[in-house]
Amino acid sequence: MVKFRYLPMTEQDEKEMLAEIGIDSIDELFADIPENVRFKGDLNISEAIPEPDLMKKMTKLANKNVNTKDYASFLGAGVYDHYIPSIVNHVISRSEFYTAYTPYQPEISQGELQAIFEFQTMICELTGMEVANSSMYDGQTALAEASFLSAAQTRKKKVIVSKSVHPEALSVLHTYAKGPNLEVVEVEASNGTTDLDALKAEVDGDTACVIVQYPNFFGQIEPLKEIEEIVHSEKAMFVVSSNPLSLGALTPPGKFGADIVIGDAQPFGIPASFGGPHCGYFATTKKLMRKVPGRLVGQTTDEEGQRGFVLTLQAREQHIRRDKATSNICSNQALNALAASVAMTALGKKGIKEIAVQNLQKAHYAKKQLEAAGLDVHFNGKFFNELVVKVSKPVKEINKALLEKGFIGGYDLGQYYPDLDQHMLIAVTEQRTKEEIDTFVKELGGVQ
Amino acid sequence: MSHEKDQALIFELSKPGRVGYSLSELDVPETPIEEMLDADYIREEEPELPEVSELQIMRHYTALSKRNHGVDSGFYPLGSCTMKYNPKINEDVARIPGFAHIHPYQDEDTVQGAMEMMYDLQTSLEEITGMDEVTLQPAAGAHGEWTGLMMIRAFHEKNGDHNRTKVIVPDSAHGTNPASAVVAGFESVTVKSDDNGLVDLEDLKRVVGEDTAALMLTNPNTLGLFEEHILDMARIVHEAGGKLYYDGANMNAIMGRTRPGDMGFDVVHLNLHKTFTGPHGGGGPGSGPVGVKKDLMPFLPKPILKKTEEGYVFDYNVPDSIGRVKPFYGNFGINVRAYTYIMTMGRHGLKKVSDYAVLNANYMMRKLAPHFDLPFSQHCKHEFVLSGKRQKKLGVRTLDMAKRLLDFGYHPPTIYFPLNVEEGLMIEPTETESKETLDEFIDAMIQIAKEAEESPEVVQQAPHNTVIKRMDETTAARKPILRYEKQ
Repeated sequence: MVKFRYLPMTEQDEKEMLAEIGIDSIDELFADIPENVRFKGDLNISEAIPEPDLMKKMTKLANKNVNTKDYASFLGAGVYDHYIPSIVNHVISRSEFYTAYTPYQPEISQGELQAIFEFQTMICELTGMEVANSSMYDGQTALAEASFLSAAQTRKKKVIVSKSVHPEALSVLHTYAKGPNLEVVEVEASNGTTDLDALKAEVDGDTACVIVQYPNFFGQIEPLKEIEEIVHSEKAMFVVSSNPLSLGALTPPGKFGADIVIGDAQPFGIPASFGGPHCGYFATTKKLMRKVPGRLVGQTTDEEGQRGFVLTLQAREQHIRRDKATSNICSNQALNALAASVAMTALGKKGIKEIAVQNLQKAHYAKKQLEAAGLDVHFNGKFFNELVVKVSKPVKEINKALLEKGFIGGYDLGQYYPDLDQHMLIAVTEQRTKEEIDTFVKELGGVQ
Repeated sequence: MSHEKDQALIFELSKPGRVGYSLSELDVPETPIEEMLDADYIREEEPELPEVSELQIMRHYTALSKRNHGVDSGFYPLGSCTMKYNPKINEDVARIPGFAHIHPYQDEDTVQGAMEMMYDLQTSLEEITGMDEVTLQPAAGAHGEWTGLMMIRAFHEKNGDHNRTKVIVPDSAHGTNPASAVVAGFESVTVKSDDNGLVDLEDLKRVVGEDTAALMLTNPNTLGLFEEHILDMARIVHEAGGKLYYDGANMNAIMGRTRPGDMGFDVVHLNLHKTFTGPHGGGGPGSGPVGVKKDLMPFLPKPILKKTEEGYVFDYNVPDSIGRVKPFYGNFGINVRAYTYIMTMGRHGLKKVSDYAVLNANYMMRKLAPHFDLPFSQHCKHEFVLSGKRQKKLGVRTLDMAKRLLDFGYHPPTIYFPLNVEEGLMIEPTETESKETLDEFIDAMIQIAKEAEESPEVVQQAPHNTVIKRMDETTAARKPILRYEKQ
């Protein structure tokens, strides 16, 4: 008989338990399943694989993939290769955190609750906002939820979004918007940032919100100051999607009057993991606090006056409000929020600035080198750690050649933007060395 | 668990000049920041992140972890949440660089191993649920519910059926069901349970009609009872032109015994963080794949993962797709864990999982039945619901009993849910717990029932030995403090 190491049931246990219940076999416990829907035979799944063999099998499968530990990656487009302090994995591997459920019992969940409270604080600090929730699935669905909150708050249905926002956030937004029948209007970008005249022409009294990304999908810094004036002139909500790591160096959206700031904390201690799980965040003003989707942790005291933390303002949530809830979101990304908290804590006040400035410096160095090599850097506005380069062959071909030289090349913009065919979006994080940048530029010039 | 009363906030440990990081020296020529950014966009005020050393960070989070109860700390019979053991090999596999450090936009040629894993997982889940195709895109159960409902909506609209505006949800359903229905643009309608805790067929016939888009059902339901009239229900809903939605939160009860696809369900979501051991992580991340029958396949979120002779590809040419529901390809890291678990258990192991989960639950139910009220006396599946009515008469609420369990080192069961049981206690032991653990918990419950009779104040004032006592949740909600502010 096969033994299963996760199943402690012995034959003796089984016998005793069946006797207690007063039945002869486990089958009797399933007698209420109608005969004609009982599954007969064996599931068409392989036999159990012993641990050593499975580890070999999974390692072999993983090794079929090219990974960013072995290759220098210039691929970003919303998912970045950043420094992950070793301590992050050690903290999130503590099973008191990862094997716990949502902290509904505060007396035995103070650790998780306090960690989330600290996460909320750090997100507020970085974004310049007053309130942040305990996290969302990811930055893109957080953006869609921001449009819902805006529509609920303003009682309007028109959602304006810049085309310089991440294309997958746009796709997700379009899918979400069908539920409450929101009208999504995309505004063109010109020279890599939101076209202000086009935006002005769209924003009107029916507008629930305007959504821009900062730095945007092309790496460019959106003119939040000018955009805010346009948005608030019609009393619409100003929603900014932001890479939180960039905010170590950039003026936070809160300073520009943003009503909602959302994004993904993946740059803080969370591996790319083929696109998920990452960690959306959602920050807003005190005014909107009672309409925020997802879980919130608040500080309070116990019967003896001792400080402690609880899930709070739960009257917004689905388990209380059911069909009147502000969102159907139930889980958050607690473990990844913990990873992000540890990474933000490790970086601290000084490190967050240093890492952000290193990204700026390296990307600007790369731009100079690319231009010196005769390559065309497409947009000429201010940027953070990503830039667009025009190439003379299909990006796919170029990336194939780069791979042979040990590089993961940039993102093929042509797949979403027809006018940017044969343009590559390159991310240069602090992880890339001068030598890697120089070689990459040389190879990129070479395969042209 | 630690008995330290207070653990300082990380911000309170901060001291200027301390660091917990180590970045490489900048090795490129520097450009003045004023040249790189316009003046208005250069951050002036530094964010108040903590300044602490690495050991301080580790001690802080270690102290926090000691103030937290996980499955590895002790028994966690939280009904409806399937708090089973989280295998350690899963964690190791998810951290292999070829899984953890791959970028979603790499050329497909360079991620064939990841795509193969996803494809095999999809196929396994199709087999376990009896559905025709599975998408791994949804991030969690509630997200899967909404995804499935959006597909049902697209299906009806494609048929020119624009008046199907209602989704029927049993009164015993989880709160996400009605919430997801509303977010997907439907109106949620409640169908009542009968005296046996099952959906009342007469009431179902009453609420079903030409405006029915779907019926959402958990089977076994949140009372842990199998909806034995499932085929009648499927017929009623299908004859009215509606679709049948399966909330897979309770899949742990039926693997290898029956399949939603065979029961007549058209859409299924699974919670990989429950039945398939992706850890709960303190609230997430989860993963909520959705499976559908053939007629709903054209509406699946894109891209669709396909196996071709040249290898695995993502197909974006899906004209009737509801679109993307999540960036990239879902919570891949959780999916890797679930796949590893399925491979560990194999076809026979998965069936044993459900068999033992159900045996454990029934054993506990029978042992506890004399001491509490058992509203539904038939065999349960993987969980059961007791009522604390008897204790309530003695002045002891279910909340009190839950808090008293903390003193014994247990995470309490789910309480006051489902809504159709008074003073409900919902207990789900899972298959990974030993009989000894179950017996110890049963003894604790019996002792608490006795205390309710003999010394109710002991229960009413519980917990007695946790790091904090009961919290003032009212003030927390009235005057919310949601972040630390420097004094």
